[in-house]
Amino acid sequence: MIVRILGEGQYTVPDDQRSDLEKLDDAIADAVDGGDEAAFGDALAALTAAVRSAGVALADDAFAPSDLVVPFSDATLDETKALLAEHGESAGSDDR
Amino acid sequence: MGVMKRMSGILQAKTNKLLDKAEDPRESLDLSYQKQLESLQKVRRSVADVTTAKKRIELQATQLQSQADKLQNQAKAALTQGNEDLAREALARRGALAEQLADLKTQHDQVSAQEQKLIDTAQKLQTQVDSFRTKKETMKATYTAAEAQTKIGEAVSGISESMSDAGMSMQRAQDKIDGMQARAGAMDELLASGALTDLTNPVDDIQAQLDKASTTTQVDAELAALKAELGTGTAAPAPELGAAETTPATEDSPS
Repeated sequence: MIVRILGEGQYTVPDDQRSDLEKLDDAIADAVDGGDEAAFGDALAALTAAVRSAGVALADDAFAPSDLVVPFSDATLDETKALLAEHGESAGSDDR
Repeated sequence: MGVMKRMSGILQAKTNKLLDKAEDPRESLDLSYQKQLESLQKVRRSVADVTTAKKRIELQATQLQSQADKLQNQAKAALTQGNEDLAREALARRGALAEQLADLKTQHDQVSAQEQKLIDTAQKLQTQVDSFRTKKETMKATYTAAEAQTKIGEAVSGISESMSDAGMSMQRAQDKIDGMQARAGAMDELLASGALTDLTNPVDDIQAQLDKASTTTQVDAELAALKAELGTGTAAPAPELGAAETTPATEDSPS
């Protein structure tokens, strides 16, 4: 699968890493929901590190859409919250 | 739903806005390429904006620094004259400026980081756009209509996603700069209209006091010399002329 870290680039990550990444992703979601800035920073750092170490950077001349997208590695909690909220309706409720 | 999935949906939504649904997938390659060139232009302009913001902060820092240096020198001069209160005042004002300078330094670091990121983004985008330009011709020439549908579609969404990512990076940099521009504007106004020169005008007060003090000392000395010469003033008799001249500060003890 292809994972993009915003502002950084895309990585090809083996599919069997998916559940590991999702566990780290859950920690981010929990931090966002709980408004815990420190936990958010730690969880985001852990996720970006995992993507970088498990994945191989996609060549600049390879064009493929991503399966998963990780926030900017230096994103703040507020920024991420705002982004998720701004697109909350369109991203969440595509059940028309 | 996880954050990565939601982020993916957000990026997808932004990317869809970039995509032109051309009837012929081959045509969509050219349309996409045009968009890429526009995106690249925008990122370049954004880099220039960030650089301008950085320069502005540097200019302000230079102005504040020279004021701080001036106050430092004045504090020294005041101490030399033995006026500790005045020296204290100069140092206090210098301290206030140091806070502003530290603030500017923080802003400068942030803007520099944004600048570097955008420069990286622009470079990466440039590589991708160059590569896409040659690839699209190969694709047009080699793919059958059926292949073109999927392969070209994938390539176009892939690179469009990179454009969206770059767009988000630019927006992010812009937001940061906007906040700083407001503060920089306020600082410029302060520097220009005197509120900050409330800190710098008093600098001239301090200078005036320093000048006055040194003038006073000199006048005192001359006055003492004159008095001695004329043999008037207090009961200082002529033989003590020399003494009066070397110790002008202790003339005229009250009776």
